[in-house]
Amino acid sequence: MPPFILGRKVGMTRYYTEDGKNIPVTVLQVGPCVVTQVKTSESDGYSAVQFAFEDVRPRLSTMPLIGHDAKAQTAPKRLHKELRLDDDAAASEFELGQTVLADVFADVKFVDVTSSSKGKGFQGGMKAWGFKGKEASHGVERKHRSPGSIGGHGSEAGNSGGVKKGKRMARRLGGFTTTTRNLDVVSVDAERGLLIVKGTVPGPNRGIVTVREAVRLNRRKQTTVKAG
Amino acid sequence: MKFNQTEILESVVAHQLKSEEDLPNLSVGDTIDVHQRIIEGGKERTQVFQGVLIGMKGRGINRMITVRRIVANEGVERIFPLHSPKVAKIEIVRHGDARRAKLYYLRDRVGKSRRLRDRRRGMKHVEDSGARN
Repeated sequence: MPPFILGRKVGMTRYYTEDGKNIPVTVLQVGPCVVTQVKTSESDGYSAVQFAFEDVRPRLSTMPLIGHDAKAQTAPKRLHKELRLDDDAAASEFELGQTVLADVFADVKFVDVTSSSKGKGFQGGMKAWGFKGKEASHGVERKHRSPGSIGGHGSEAGNSGGVKKGKRMARRLGGFTTTTRNLDVVSVDAERGLLIVKGTVPGPNRGIVTVREAVRLNRRKQTTVKAG
Repeated sequence: MKFNQTEILESVVAHQLKSEEDLPNLSVGDTIDVHQRIIEGGKERTQVFQGVLIGMKGRGINRMITVRRIVANEGVERIFPLHSPKVAKIEIVRHGDARRAKLYYLRDRVGKSRRLRDRRRGMKHVEDSGARN
C-alpha cells in the first residue's frame, strides 16, 4: 500500500537532538482518510484510488457527492483526492470504505508534501523572481525596484529584437500548488494522527496538505533509505 | 477540522522541556552560572559562563535567556536556548535587584555602576523578595 494521506498543517516548532542540534520541524495533522473509490482499468480505464478527508456538514456538500461518499459507507467529506497507481494489482490492495491513518508512514523516512502556497498578490520582479532592482543612488530616480531592460533590438541572435516569450516580469505570486520534496520524517504519532517533518511546508497554518512517500531522492538520502 | 494549534505544538515538544526541578526560578538581574556541554574531538566537557541575566524571551521550548558578562574589559553577551540539551545546568549565584524586564541599559554602564543591587528581604517594590532570600 503506497503511503499517501491528506491532512492539515498545524504549525512549526523546534526539536533538539540529543547532541544539542536544533531542528526546525513542521507538525501536520493527517488523516483519518477514507477510501471512497477504487478505480481499475476495467471500470475506469486506469488504476487509482480516491481518498476522502475531513467530515463536512451535509449542507456544504452536494447531493451527488453525498451519494458518492455513502457508497463507501461514510459521512460526507470535504476533500477528495485521487492517487494514481501502477496497475490493478496495486488497486486491489484497497477496499471501499477502508480507513487510512498516519501509521502508513511508520516506516517511511522521507516524504513529499504538496499544498497551496500563501497568496502574495501581484508582485514586482524583485519579489517574484529575485531581480536585484536598481541602485539606491548614483543617479537612479524613482526606479529603484524596476526590472530594467526586458530585451531590445537584436538581443538574441537570429531574432530582430522584441520581448521573448516567457520573459520574467511582475506577476501574481503565491497561491499555487507547490510540492516540497524529500522532507525528513522526524516522528509519526498514529494515535493522534500527527506527522512531524523536518523543514518547511508551503501554505498557511491550518492549510490542507497532501503527503506521500518521496519519489525522487538525492544520493545522500537514497543511501539513508538503503541503510535503514 | 478543528484543532487547537497551541495545544498540539506544545504537546509534541513537551517531552523535551526541562522540568522545574532542573531549572532554578530565574529572574532578570540574577547573576547566573550557565554550564554548557561542549564536544571537542569526541570528548565532552563542561564550560561555565557566568554573567548577569539581562533578558528572557520566548515561551515553552522557544525560551531564550541573554547573559552578559565582561571579558577582558569587553562586554560579551550570549543567548542560550533554555531547553537545549547543550545547556547542562544553570545555577543562581546572586539575586540582583532589577526594576525592568530587559536590562539593556547595562550595556552603556561602565565600572561600578554596572553592578546591580542585591535583592534583599523586605524591599517594597519586590513582592516576593522576602521569600526568595
